Amino acid sequence: MEVKEVDPVSGRKTTGHIWNGIRELDTPIPRGVLLFLIVTHIFAVLWWVLMPTWPLGKTYTKGVLGADQKATVEASITEGIGERAPWVSRIESLSYDEVRADEPLMETVRVNGHQLFGDNCAACHGRDGKGRENYPDLTDDDWIWGGGPEAIAQTLTVGINSRHAESRVGQMPAFGRDEMLDAGQVVDVASYVASLSDPAVSTADNVDQMDRGREVFQTTCIACHGEDAKGNPELGAPNLTDNRWIYGGSLQRIIATIHGGRQGHMPTWDERLAPAEIKVLALYVDDLGKRAP
Amino acid sequence: MGQLTTGERDFGAIILIVLAIIGIAMAAAGRSDVLGIHGAMVLVYCLALLFLLLSGAFGTPPSAARLTRYYDDPIKVGVGLTLFWAIFGMFIGVWAAAQLAWPSLNFDTSWASFGRIRPAHTSGVIFGFGGNALITTSFHVVQRTSRARLADQLSPWFVLLGFNLFCLIAISGYFLGVTQSKEYAEAEWYADIWLVIVWVTYFVLYVRTLARRKEPHIYVANWYYMAFIIVVAILHIVNNLAVPLSFAHAKSYTIWAGVQDSMVQWWYGHNAVAFFLTAGFLAMLYYYLPKRAERPIFSYRLSILSFWGITFFYMWAGSHHLHYTALPHWVQNLGMTFSVMLLVPSWASAGNALLTLNGAWHKVRDDATLRFMMMAAFFYGLSTFEGSFMAIRPVNALSHYTDWTVGHVHAGALGWVAMITFGSLYTLVPAIWKRERMHSAILVEVHFWLALAGTLIYVFAMWNSGIIQGLMWRTYSPDNTLVYSFVDTLLAMYPYYIARAFGGLLFLIGAIVAAYNIWMTVRTPAAATLALDDDSPGDERQISGATPTPAE
Repeated sequence: MEVKEVDPVSGRKTTGHIWNGIRELDTPIPRGVLLFLIVTHIFAVLWWVLMPTWPLGKTYTKGVLGADQKATVEASITEGIGERAPWVSRIESLSYDEVRADEPLMETVRVNGHQLFGDNCAACHGRDGKGRENYPDLTDDDWIWGGGPEAIAQTLTVGINSRHAESRVGQMPAFGRDEMLDAGQVVDVASYVASLSDPAVSTADNVDQMDRGREVFQTTCIACHGEDAKGNPELGAPNLTDNRWIYGGSLQRIIATIHGGRQGHMPTWDERLAPAEIKVLALYVDDLGKRAP
Repeated sequence: MGQLTTGERDFGAIILIVLAIIGIAMAAAGRSDVLGIHGAMVLVYCLALLFLLLSGAFGTPPSAARLTRYYDDPIKVGVGLTLFWAIFGMFIGVWAAAQLAWPSLNFDTSWASFGRIRPAHTSGVIFGFGGNALITTSFHVVQRTSRARLADQLSPWFVLLGFNLFCLIAISGYFLGVTQSKEYAEAEWYADIWLVIVWVTYFVLYVRTLARRKEPHIYVANWYYMAFIIVVAILHIVNNLAVPLSFAHAKSYTIWAGVQDSMVQWWYGHNAVAFFLTAGFLAMLYYYLPKRAERPIFSYRLSILSFWGITFFYMWAGSHHLHYTALPHWVQNLGMTFSVMLLVPSWASAGNALLTLNGAWHKVRDDATLRFMMMAAFFYGLSTFEGSFMAIRPVNALSHYTDWTVGHVHAGALGWVAMITFGSLYTLVPAIWKRERMHSAILVEVHFWLALAGTLIYVFAMWNSGIIQGLMWRTYSPDNTLVYSFVDTLLAMYPYYIARAFGGLLFLIGAIVAAYNIWMTVRTPAAATLALDDDSPGDERQISGATPTPAE
């Protein structure tokens, strides 16, 4: 039953079809739609003419502009390297002290270093370089493997306990677990170590324990941490007399460290970063401590 | 299931028993693998359905009079499943959004890590919510617009419940760490094979029902439902071609390699947007909007133009997901130009819907249900424009990999797909349960404003976040070094992530309000005197008040 009716609102005829009460008007396609349709098609055809688009068996239409995304990328990489070359070559050729003395160049180091540090180092050491438990603070002047840009660059290049052939290697043995010290000795020496940075730990009541702890320290710990317990950057042995702790400075944490040992890990960066980038990062990290309040 | 005949019950029982045996085989063969857990799930699912099926087996046999009416029982169950998945999927979405702002919300568990709940969210809303809404409404629309009862009684249940089994297997798998690592196609081979069987049954059922139609012409909505069913089958099969590690393992490897794999995946991915999230929902728009507005479709010719434009152009556009990648330059350009040509057919659909409302704008003002559908058409127009725009390579250079993409998707998903679904549900539910109206018009109104506010907050947050992110990535110092590290961009995005989670939460609350309102509508007894104008194909029906009269 197809009856073409007239819709009173639009004055248009219906197509005569009805589906469960739904009708359709026979409105022609608005001109604007056709115009717009033509515009998008003209755009497409123009793009086909100008750019590589249609496949032709083993090749494709190259387009009159001769555009090629690979060539574009390579050109922009070359251009970028060219624009960076003036300051990169200076970073490469100048000594650390010379760069540090050159304030405009240091500004570049700070901008570039901020990005490099954020993308490579911040995951462990924090965005601000202040570290957190198990990861050392890089903004203080306490350096486990030596401070200054040269030593930092070396650490960055070879890593710590990494797979690099010349990796810095440092290990605190598990004195308790491996039965080099008995449980009492671990507690004694831990108390003694705690007292080195916190004199309040040593009281009139535990003089004996402190003596026993000192004795253990003298026989077991000084090889790495030194007689004065101030550590040895050659071996990555931290200073125990300050109040800066990588693995926590409470008595409990120190006991855990002496009992179970420690072996920190830092990856080697020489495969991932260019020498100039490592140099920038070393200068940036060194500068971080100097700028920190 | 009360209308099933003895023969249908027997056949259904056989299917369930066979599936249960397959479940046992999966559980046994895959006992050291996630496959075993899924086998056990299949077994439990089938036994539960078998219990339901057989518990009604000895009642009175269905009367022959049922065949003169539409078959609406699966639609009622489908509405419930749609709402369940809506709330589940959106809840996981809000959770995932919150994890981006507060990462510790994964509670240090593997199953709740972002990488696992994110596909659970996308599959939950796309397949669980969207898929069930599509199946449910298609059963409703095809019967009404063809004046034909569904071709049989068993296969609608097979399609609906089989599809939900797929959703369960897929989504539980993500939590357990199963994935093919293909976006929107994460489910593994056994779930994929099952979906093919379900989908082919769906196709056959649909065609058989259309073949029984008493109308001379096939209505536009059915063109779109057909396109949705056929193309999704093609996409799903091609993209999921894979070789399992063994029949005892969940893991499989795709047969596509390298950049071809990427291209197939995004041909699939973009057409999943086109044919799952667009074509099927346009079908809803074409039925429920004119029905609710009681207005004729603005232009039949425009319907034809947009239908063929959309089905043809979308097929070519997938490569715009791979701009500036290893994909050959010419493939990218081709996809880009087809994306641009796609704009006008898309806008023609949105325009056709909005112009259909001419003469009914007072209803849009007063009726939140119709306003849902109007807003959906508006967001459809907005997101299709945005999509074509973002497909242009230089624009994509800024937008790609940023939150802008996420914002674009959600303008479509929340503003278009979810809004048209809720508008359709609010029209469908009273019709199917023979109620005069929804339980509470005020709650529909509340839902509308929650949904709109949620969508706008979400989309604006992601636009801001995405564009800031894109610009920060490309900020260079005068020395030609990058100014920002990736962490800096995360800090800049943080406030927008909180806003996004809040917008999503509003949308979720809206869905819960909808579920409550629909539940109350179903619970309230039907008014005894209500004329049942919409439940049988028998007579010619006209909508009162919309009967066109001659202009003069």
